[in-house]
Amino acid sequence: MKAAVIVFPGSNRDRDMLMALERAAGKPALAVWHGETDFEPVDLIVVPGGFSYGDYLRAGAMAVHSPIMREVAKRAGAGVPVLGVCNGFQILTEAGLLPGALLRNACLKFVCRDIHMKVETAQSLFTAGYESGQVVRVPVAHHDGNYFADDETLDRLEGEGRVAFRYCTQEGDFDEAANPNGSIRHIAGIYNETKTVLGLMPHPENATDPQLGGTDGAALFDGLVAALH
Amino acid sequence: MKARVHVTLKTGVLDPQGKAVQHALHALGFGSVGEVRQGKFIELETGESDPAKARTAVEEMCKKLLANPVIENYSIQIETREAEE
Repeated sequence: MKAAVIVFPGSNRDRDMLMALERAAGKPALAVWHGETDFEPVDLIVVPGGFSYGDYLRAGAMAVHSPIMREVAKRAGAGVPVLGVCNGFQILTEAGLLPGALLRNACLKFVCRDIHMKVETAQSLFTAGYESGQVVRVPVAHHDGNYFADDETLDRLEGEGRVAFRYCTQEGDFDEAANPNGSIRHIAGIYNETKTVLGLMPHPENATDPQLGGTDGAALFDGLVAALH
Repeated sequence: MKARVHVTLKTGVLDPQGKAVQHALHALGFGSVGEVRQGKFIELETGESDPAKARTAVEEMCKKLLANPVIENYSIQIETREAEE
């Protein structure tokens, strides 16, 4: 699997993402600067976490207008898988590649800790390495992770099996206390219509090494490598 | 001419910052304060001299960047030079 990680001014999880991808694929991923307009063909595009453009105006709002995003949108439209993590998720919603928006955390605090989330289905490129209903532990680190969409959109997402992950307790229950940011219907990640674009707030790339507190995120990358070779 | 843009969260969109401000006002003794909604105020020089053109341009700016139509509404005021003086 050949992957590209888009790097914006203010990205800060880009190197973590490059390491996680290299660990899974056995070869380095490409880092693509936001000012580029094109890059070599890849099997996966990743929009990483961070604070692109200092979150000015709204998290992700400025990054959408970076030159490279036109190419990312074009390739996403052609079916190239795209993964957006944290700020990457915010950018993909601002770009209209995923529905809804990420609001300020309901608790108003920056939340940086491990959370549990349930894998809704293993039937996707991104979750083939998990079991449906599996509970995994990965970290979150964000101030604007409170997923919001109108009821009609939410019903459509659920009806089409496009909720990827939901915040839950270690036992898999959807307690309010297990929801770190107030996300509506506990949503931690969603797919586009073709399930080739995934956005999520938690950081699977930061749970791929036992020395860093956990490895539950590794299956996401291993699953992608198995699916995309 | 200048444009003034107010960006506000749509009704039904949770505004935890507004709620925190409301609680703080209550704590300060402004007990009669009801719901508080927080938004953004953007002032910009449009570089246009025709109010209609200025408004059309700022509408476009709101749709493309200044507001996120999924969660926000916007309102635009165009300020003519005469009004300033």
